[in-house]
Amino acid sequence: MAQAKKKQKRFIVRTIILSILIIAIVFTIYTNATKEKFEVLAIGDTAPDFTLVDLDGNKHRLSDYKGQGVFLNFWGTWCKPCVKEMPAMDSQYEIYKDQGIQILAINIAQSDFEVQRFANQYGLSFPIVIDKTRSVMEAYNIDPLPTTMLVNPEGKIERIVIGGVMTEKDIAGFMEEIRPK
Amino acid sequence: MNNIICACGHENPEGTVLCGNCGRPLTTEAKKQKLADMRYEGTARRSQTYNKSIIDKVWNFFSSVKVGISLIIIILVAAAIGTILPQVLFVPVRGAAEIAAYYERVYGSFGSIYNWLGLSDLYGSWWFQTLIGMLGISIIVASLDRVVPLYKSLKKQRTRRHGSFMKSQRLFAQGENILGEDTLSISEEKLKDLRYKVKREKGALLAEKGRFARWGPYVNHVGLIIFLLGVMLRTLPGFYMDETMWLREGETLAIPEVPGFYLESKEFILETYDKEQTDEVFGEAIERVGTIASNFQTDVVLYKNSEDALPGQTTDLIEVKKESIQVNKPLKFEDYAIYQMDFRLDELSTMHFNLSNKATGESLGDLSINLDKPEPFYDLGNGATVELKGYYPDFSGFENGEPQTKSPVPNNPAFLVEMITPETPKGETSFVAIKQTVEPFGDNNYKLEFQSVDTRDISGLTIRKDKTLWILALGGVIFMIGVAQGSYFNHRRIWIHENNDGQLVVAAHTNKNWFGIKKELDQVTETAQLPQYIDQQDAEDQELKKDGEKSS
Repeated sequence: MAQAKKKQKRFIVRTIILSILIIAIVFTIYTNATKEKFEVLAIGDTAPDFTLVDLDGNKHRLSDYKGQGVFLNFWGTWCKPCVKEMPAMDSQYEIYKDQGIQILAINIAQSDFEVQRFANQYGLSFPIVIDKTRSVMEAYNIDPLPTTMLVNPEGKIERIVIGGVMTEKDIAGFMEEIRPK
Repeated sequence: MNNIICACGHENPEGTVLCGNCGRPLTTEAKKQKLADMRYEGTARRSQTYNKSIIDKVWNFFSSVKVGISLIIIILVAAAIGTILPQVLFVPVRGAAEIAAYYERVYGSFGSIYNWLGLSDLYGSWWFQTLIGMLGISIIVASLDRVVPLYKSLKKQRTRRHGSFMKSQRLFAQGENILGEDTLSISEEKLKDLRYKVKREKGALLAEKGRFARWGPYVNHVGLIIFLLGVMLRTLPGFYMDETMWLREGETLAIPEVPGFYLESKEFILETYDKEQTDEVFGEAIERVGTIASNFQTDVVLYKNSEDALPGQTTDLIEVKKESIQVNKPLKFEDYAIYQMDFRLDELSTMHFNLSNKATGESLGDLSINLDKPEPFYDLGNGATVELKGYYPDFSGFENGEPQTKSPVPNNPAFLVEMITPETPKGETSFVAIKQTVEPFGDNNYKLEFQSVDTRDISGLTIRKDKTLWILALGGVIFMIGVAQGSYFNHRRIWIHENNDGQLVVAAHTNKNWFGIKKELDQVTETAQLPQYIDQQDAEDQELKKDGEKSS
């Protein structure tokens, strides 16, 4: 009897020790494999709030647009795909700005002169803000340009578009996704 | 349960070599051996006791020293293979697809397989981490399996051992009891002088010292496990961070992964050793090598955003501290440290031009363009202005007549300007680049001539947070304590008893340093007039030698 009891105890102890060790290892490998994904924002996350000043000196705070869909486009004048998207964004802005959608084009740390001249050249009417200290870029973990974050009226990220060139049709589709119902 | 019952009546678990009570050899091999195998005191390693359920089989697998050694060898071989091609950290591309393409392009199909197997990011590959994890399990299980029975056996050891146990010890003596009843008391006194702990039982004595040396290997393994635990914690968010940032002189940027903190570079300083002011020896070296850097330094200001401030809001930054970051002298704040790691010298920051009449050479004035903040108009006075129509920081050629820039970095700045002078009120357009001037609308009367340039340096900084350091240090310290404990101390035991024939039997054992125990036993032998011991291993060796000589 005592033998059987001892045997059972040993079995339980061994099972517990092995399970703890194996769980620790599996967990470590799993967190390692998914490490990059943790840092980057994901669909459904709350879009980090920020405040930036546009070319006309107006402050834009993301949370002020709650209830509206916000089309956040991170770009630079030197980035060719970004430049290609701009006219399409502008024409869609004309359509959707009265339907509760705001476009904010966030330039990454370029000079006022370059950005202003670019806006004039393409006749862009949506607000363009400049992230001089790259703090918003940090908060959103933007890596390649262009990256577009679509924020729905609840302030959650609805879609993330990384790289490439969005066509007018693409943009219209995205606008529909974040349009307040 | 197949317990082994010893002649003395003690019940030993299966796998036991020497009886836990009296020390009689229990296995046929042990009985044949002249000298007892004293590893783990002849106890059964727990893994040997039974082998029935899957859990027991897994347990026994990890308990095997052979498996442990094999794991170590596999890990070493994998680590060695990992040095054949550069790791992903050192290749100039980012992103899984681009990295795969890079290895294929540069190293061919070997590179492709190498990358596919995860050898290009060895420490990050799942199978390497699995191996390390298995080694961790092996260390824990193998240690537990040995330390528990060893501890129990040393704790309950008897003072009087069986004659066969005594006889199979390496140092052994048997002979007449010269001092009779006083022998054990005199021995005890002498042994206590030698700082042994002495246990007496009717007609038997056990002297022991340095038992804790036996725990050395296990303490050492505990250190290793703590170390591995620290490394494991690094993968959890919040424990470890390693980021880089490039910061230009005069620039203020958000510190990556440190929300709410900003860093401004005031100046980057690169100093070299002065040949005149250093010792002769170094003077020679300087002559041979050229310049030798003596200091890399970035003077920075650390700012914190006010509590409720949002990213992007930089109007009310609060200065936290001014500091000079030097190599090995990081800027420390909260859990973070910022290190000087790299630099780039002389990036263009301001360009100076002169506006002059091409024919007469008459100057209408100078202008300076700050490449960070170019302005739309520059008024030179005397009715002369220069209007900036376009700025291309990294000019890469024309496309459909439009100047292009390939990056926002001023590697090759170019400007499109309109020059208005009293003589040419309608303006003249010119495209000014380094070593290149294009006049797109025909010949101009005036030219904007490049005069000189101001430059600035860029500091490469690393931002680090490591909350696991103390765990790693603790693991390392415990590891070293274990090493010292096992190497510099010996577990020594001396048994003395009188057998039924009235003869005195002496045996001694140590886990290492036999010379030391012999010296002590010599002293006891002399004082208590014990029978002279013999070193049975020496005898065995000599016999072997003789055998060898005979057969050859």
